[in-house]
Amino acid sequence: MGLPLIMAVILALVPRENRLIFRFGSILATLGSLLLAIYVFDKFDDRLEEARGEVTIIEATPLETQYGYVFTQRSNWIESLGVSFHVGVDGIGVVMVLMAALVSFAATCCAKEIQTREKEFYILLLLMTGGILGAFMSMDLFLMYFLHELALIPTFIMIGVWGRGKHKSFAAYKVTIYLSIGALLTLAGLIMVYLHFNTFSIVEILHASTLENFTIGNSLQHFIFGLLLLGLGILVGLWPFHTWAPLGYGAAPTATAMMHAGVIKKFGVFMLIKFALPVLPEGARTWLPILACLCIGNILYCGLVAMRQKDLNLLIGNSSVAHMGFVFLGIASATFIGLTGAVMVMVAHGLLAGLAFGLSGYLHHQARTLDMDKVQGLLSSMPFWGTLMIMALMAGCGLPGFANFAGEITVFFGAWESYPIITGIAVWSALVIGAVYMLRTIRKLLHGIKGDDTPDTEDISKWQRLPYALLTAVLLLFGFFPRLIVGKINQSEPTFKQATSAQSEESR
Amino acid sequence: MDVTLISLEIGITLTGIIILLTDLWTPSENKPRLGWIAIGGLIAVFCYNLNTFDQASAYINGYSKDGLAVYFQGFFVMAAILVILLTISYAPRVNSGISELYALICFALAGMCFAAGANSFIMLFVAVELITISFYVITSFERRRLRSLEASIKYLIMGATSSAIMVFGIALIYGTTGTLDFNEVSRSLLTPVGPSMQLLFQIGVILVLGGLAFKLGAIPFQLWVPDVYQGAPTPVTAFLASGSKAAGLVLIIRTLAEAYPALLDQEWLPKLLSIMAGITILYGSLCALRQRNLKRLLGYSSIASAGYILLGIVCLDNTGSQAVLFYLLGYLFGIIAAFTVISVLSEESEDEDISILTNLHQRSPFMATILTLAIASLAGIPPLAGFLGKFTILRAAFGKLNDQHSSMPWLIGVTLFGIVISLYYYFKIIREIYWGSGLYWKEKKPSTEPLPCPRSAEIALLICLFALIGLGLFPETILSLAGEATDNLFSFSSSP
Repeated sequence: MGLPLIMAVILALVPRENRLIFRFGSILATLGSLLLAIYVFDKFDDRLEEARGEVTIIEATPLETQYGYVFTQRSNWIESLGVSFHVGVDGIGVVMVLMAALVSFAATCCAKEIQTREKEFYILLLLMTGGILGAFMSMDLFLMYFLHELALIPTFIMIGVWGRGKHKSFAAYKVTIYLSIGALLTLAGLIMVYLHFNTFSIVEILHASTLENFTIGNSLQHFIFGLLLLGLGILVGLWPFHTWAPLGYGAAPTATAMMHAGVIKKFGVFMLIKFALPVLPEGARTWLPILACLCIGNILYCGLVAMRQKDLNLLIGNSSVAHMGFVFLGIASATFIGLTGAVMVMVAHGLLAGLAFGLSGYLHHQARTLDMDKVQGLLSSMPFWGTLMIMALMAGCGLPGFANFAGEITVFFGAWESYPIITGIAVWSALVIGAVYMLRTIRKLLHGIKGDDTPDTEDISKWQRLPYALLTAVLLLFGFFPRLIVGKINQSEPTFKQATSAQSEESR
Repeated sequence: MDVTLISLEIGITLTGIIILLTDLWTPSENKPRLGWIAIGGLIAVFCYNLNTFDQASAYINGYSKDGLAVYFQGFFVMAAILVILLTISYAPRVNSGISELYALICFALAGMCFAAGANSFIMLFVAVELITISFYVITSFERRRLRSLEASIKYLIMGATSSAIMVFGIALIYGTTGTLDFNEVSRSLLTPVGPSMQLLFQIGVILVLGGLAFKLGAIPFQLWVPDVYQGAPTPVTAFLASGSKAAGLVLIIRTLAEAYPALLDQEWLPKLLSIMAGITILYGSLCALRQRNLKRLLGYSSIASAGYILLGIVCLDNTGSQAVLFYLLGYLFGIIAAFTVISVLSEESEDEDISILTNLHQRSPFMATILTLAIASLAGIPPLAGFLGKFTILRAAFGKLNDQHSSMPWLIGVTLFGIVISLYYYFKIIREIYWGSGLYWKEKKPSTEPLPCPRSAEIALLICLFALIGLGLFPETILSLAGEATDNLFSFSSSP
């Protein structure tokens, strides 16, 4: 499981000014981690079976196995703080890791537009990849936060140095300040949890919170969950704290936008599902209805904003904020189905955001603008790009056959019981508003009439098609066989069970 | 009396005197190299000292050599070595008397080491005066520069005032308890006295605390910080920000924990400290927002970090002081690295405006990387030392959240607010390094010439680099050292 370590080794290798080495080195590194992730994904079930099998023999369930973690590794790190280097994947983790590895591989491939200071760019990109993969795998709260920050920080510098557009400095500031506030609030919440349980190990905290005498008092739970929800919500772009997202993605270089929108942003929801809900069910119960209302803001408001966008990147950025609304809806439902759906949307949207930002980045590289008044009717000159773009946009408005559809429909099934009205609005806006802006984009961008100021563009050349094709293929694969991920996700049943206790007692 | 106990201080003073003497026979072009002798001397003395007093703690009248003293002495020697390295590279700008500068740094260092072990108010006062008087001289070392003189006058006036206040406080404490030794003072507190004596004693405590807040750069004695930081020669500023601040801190910890532990259970002391901490953090962070002069900006940011240090002290327990000790070490490397880069840069451009950083990444990738890491560490971004420092302090503070009669929730809120603000101004520096546009009111294009870094500054920067990353990734050793140093510090306070 030494994926991030591979990155680090590669990093140490780079004090040379040779351009190709950085590029191929990074591609190799991310490819390596992708292959490893696929291996882990493949072997996940077997290992789990094995672990469970062994357990029945020795009659004592270690916590790791009880919560469905495999491939675990543990070594002490900072003993006096009780922090250890503890990694492993559970059902949610394994799909997230696979998604993260896929997107980061694609992002590295798409980073060709970077022509200045490649060395620093690739180092930061690898740091980001290593950090976020580690964050999805870590079983220690401190390590998780630490690695997530490690992945987050390069974003700021990348937007500032390699970003584009007039507002990049402003965007970099805004992203930095928003995300840092989010991270700080999260940290405050985590420290309070830590002080209560006196351990950073996630499984131990999960276990302890089920015990009678260890549960946190009600008022404290409300407070901590509020802190975590606010902090993580800012990180993810929960309405009304989402304004950094479209702006930041509009200004970020392609690979950064792909990584951040696709992968790093998912960390916030990942943590909510895996940690905040199961540990703080009492607190969650008060906050979830509020969350449900806010996610309408995400879905409806950002959808409407997206309708008015003229810049392709801003449109995708806004629609990606809107998609996070579905994840929040799934979380707010706190039902087994809803949470499963939320994870599926996370995976699907990660791939989709990677694909969409990658494609728009390619266009920007070719045409130097993303203004949809200028760039029109591209399908004839760029058939491959255009086809993929149509697929991406269609997936974005929830066309069956793509993984997004599978995820969203599961979320709606899960949320229907708890919040029928909100779900109704969400379905309506997903179908109608989503379709409006996506179809409008397809009409203008791809089928529109070429104006005089439409720049000449070329289609993607042979080998560069690989990352885009890969993302699309996986998106379709998971769309047609959602069992592949659902099966894995369901292995985290104990976590979900604890999480759903937030809802079930209320309905009783 | 056991003289070997203070061998470190004697050795340091001797190093200073030897430098002054060898200066007489050194041709003037070689004088900057005397700094290497100073560094060698300090390392030798310190190693000898570490060997002699490994874990043992010993007392003589007014001076104790325990874990806390050894930790801080190591800290001070480290700071002095880095500062002398920086001074060597700064030497061309000092017109005359470079060897006196080295010697005075050594004398100030001796004062700090005495402060680390001070165990009576007399020792406390003498140590503080030794530090402050040395600094009076070296802040005005560039005597042809008006700014430097102005800084020195300000430092002199404020320093003298705060010394007077502190002496008055010590007199009140002596008057009410009849002794100056920390342990004696704490013992005499156990016997109840009349309310008027009690009041006088408390006023004395507050006045001493005020005098030490001057060293720390905390409210209400923070006014000198930005001016003096800006005006003083950069190595001196670095020493002020690291060594002098830490001396104030160790004395505050010592007086609180050893001289009047009985007061810690009373409500007003934590309250006073937390108000000080909160206002200091806010003042430093808010004032730094609009600064364009780099040294001034770091001056305000150092006020803010004095606030974080106070936050750790407000906890009034071992965890809090352990966190502060660790934070301070991370802060030392961050701030010295930043000042070193600024010093090299300002020599070339004769300016300290933030715009001199423009294009630094092209002119010297090495310095740009280190300055970025140093600033990131000061801002508290993982995986660097500053993050763990702030994390441990916050953890200690959250641990006190549920105490009764505690203002901790507010203070933590203020701290988080301060950290967020600080991100803005630290980020401004990083922005300027990588994509700044230079002085917008000047036509002149920012330079893109490569910028050489002097050898000695390079060594200092490398030490800082390794320390920043090392402390961030493998903090275990230092944390446990700091833990040992503060192990029994506040053991009294639980007793009624």
